[in-house]
Amino acid sequence: MEIAQIVTIASKEFWDRIRNRWVLAVALIFTAFALVIAYFGAAQQGDVGFRSIDVTIASLVSLVIYLIPLIALILGFDAIVGERERGSLDLLLSMPITRLEILLGKYFGLAAALTFSTVAGFGLVAILLSAQLDFNALIHYFGFMLSSVLLGCAFLSLAVMLSVFAADRTRASGLAIAMWFFFVLVFDLLLLGALVASGGQWGGEIFPYLLLANPADVFRILNIFTLADVRSMYGLATVFPPTLANPWLLGLVMLGWIAAPLAIATWRFRQ
Amino acid sequence: MQTETKPAVIIARDVHKHYGPIHAVDGVDLDIRAGELFGLIGHNGAGKSTLFKMMLGLITATAGEIRIDGVQVSGGNFRKVRRTIGYLPENVVLYDNLSGLETLQFFARLKGVAATECGPALERVGLAQAAKRRVREYSKGMRQRLGFAQALLGKPRILFLDEPTTGLDPEAIRSFYAILRQLRSEGVTMVITSHILAEIQERVDRLAIMTAGRIQATGTVQALREQMDLPLWFTVRVAPEDFEAVRAALSHLPVKAIEAHDDHVTVQCQREVKMAVIEALATLNGRVRDLTVREPSLEDVFFGFSD
Repeated sequence: MEIAQIVTIASKEFWDRIRNRWVLAVALIFTAFALVIAYFGAAQQGDVGFRSIDVTIASLVSLVIYLIPLIALILGFDAIVGERERGSLDLLLSMPITRLEILLGKYFGLAAALTFSTVAGFGLVAILLSAQLDFNALIHYFGFMLSSVLLGCAFLSLAVMLSVFAADRTRASGLAIAMWFFFVLVFDLLLLGALVASGGQWGGEIFPYLLLANPADVFRILNIFTLADVRSMYGLATVFPPTLANPWLLGLVMLGWIAAPLAIATWRFRQ
Repeated sequence: MQTETKPAVIIARDVHKHYGPIHAVDGVDLDIRAGELFGLIGHNGAGKSTLFKMMLGLITATAGEIRIDGVQVSGGNFRKVRRTIGYLPENVVLYDNLSGLETLQFFARLKGVAATECGPALERVGLAQAAKRRVREYSKGMRQRLGFAQALLGKPRILFLDEPTTGLDPEAIRSFYAILRQLRSEGVTMVITSHILAEIQERVDRLAIMTAGRIQATGTVQALREQMDLPLWFTVRVAPEDFEAVRAALSHLPVKAIEAHDDHVTVQCQREVKMAVIEALATLNGRVRDLTVREPSLEDVFFGFSD
């Protein structure tokens, strides 16, 4: 494997997103939402202004869990199928570059664009709020940003996998939307439904492990369990064993969610 | 340049590519020699592009073997050989958001070629003035020329050109073939496909005619003409009152057809009768105002083999 080839593809993908202002647009979306949530999150209780970092992060988690998977899937769904459909893939493959290098280059370039947007968007908010945050709060906020980056990278990996399997861009976009619905909206409902319908008889013990089968849930747990004020707000915390909620372990699971789809995509792309 | 004695750099042996029941390429054997300008002609769907893609290692053969410079194209060592290959795909698609120069710089990095080669490559194909314009603003012909410049990066020893003159105007086609002549003199091996047979018939050293996934014939244009034994066409310009005299002069020869037109007669005959026809026409004592002999065109040869 030649790193230089991966860097060439990755830098093209990254600068393409900088050029077409994708990175700027997403960063601004993140900043705007984060600021609105930080200042007006308690408006329903008749209060405005920044309250605590834990509550702000809890609100941001609810937002990010919908937004980042969607943005990542939109970003990556046509990474390979788009090149194939436009007809530029053959020329790329005729270069002294392997399919693995193309795939990794595409992934890392897009991941860099998404990471840059996330860090810039939420980082700007951290700077704006820094006067009201102590060191611990900043660490928590940094942890939230890092987990957001991991969440984005996991869904981007799934999107790139889709882009290898899909026959055309239309199908790839349909699959991406279906994937978003499944992981963000349907998965938890299915689990809870099964749990409630069986009166807790079925799946109770493996329930926490099943949650790890969804990167969006891993992200939620990762953030909930690191914030003492927030833990009590979520019923989820009562059914999830604290031993499994180790941030390092959850981080590792998230890395698995990045690596596994990429590995499957590589296997398929080489066929 | 004599290429007959040069070793083959591209070798295909019993190559097959099947898509389910469809045999896109069906038992192709081919030897393309070093420094040769080799034409691959055939109908749409004859299997040319599939064979091209297999030669480049873009798709894997169902059976058989292709070697370039002795290296199997499907093998792990092929990356090194790829650095010596240039490829211009049919209907080349480049990145609209990049400028011409940035496009070449991107491919130069992938090929491990110095960025300083990009400017001269653009100049060579006549795009120096448009180097900083976005590809989305390029015409079809300009995109094709940019694709050609990309193929020339890194001074390749082997060039694969799939329908390279599509979208080019006559002047650009002429300068394109001038570049090919120059590359040929530098010893570059080139494989070219084209639908415009008249365009390549005088330019290729050898060619292969491909139909339904099979190579029907391989050789020089002249050898293929002789192999097909196609008739020659004489155009004899005479006054209408002399038409019968022409018929009479040729009556003892085994000519295939004599047709009278407004101010000339066309005569179709086999190659071995050619000199006898000329001698017979010479007996008409100056009544023949002009005489042209047309060899069978590559198109005639192509249809002769493919029908």
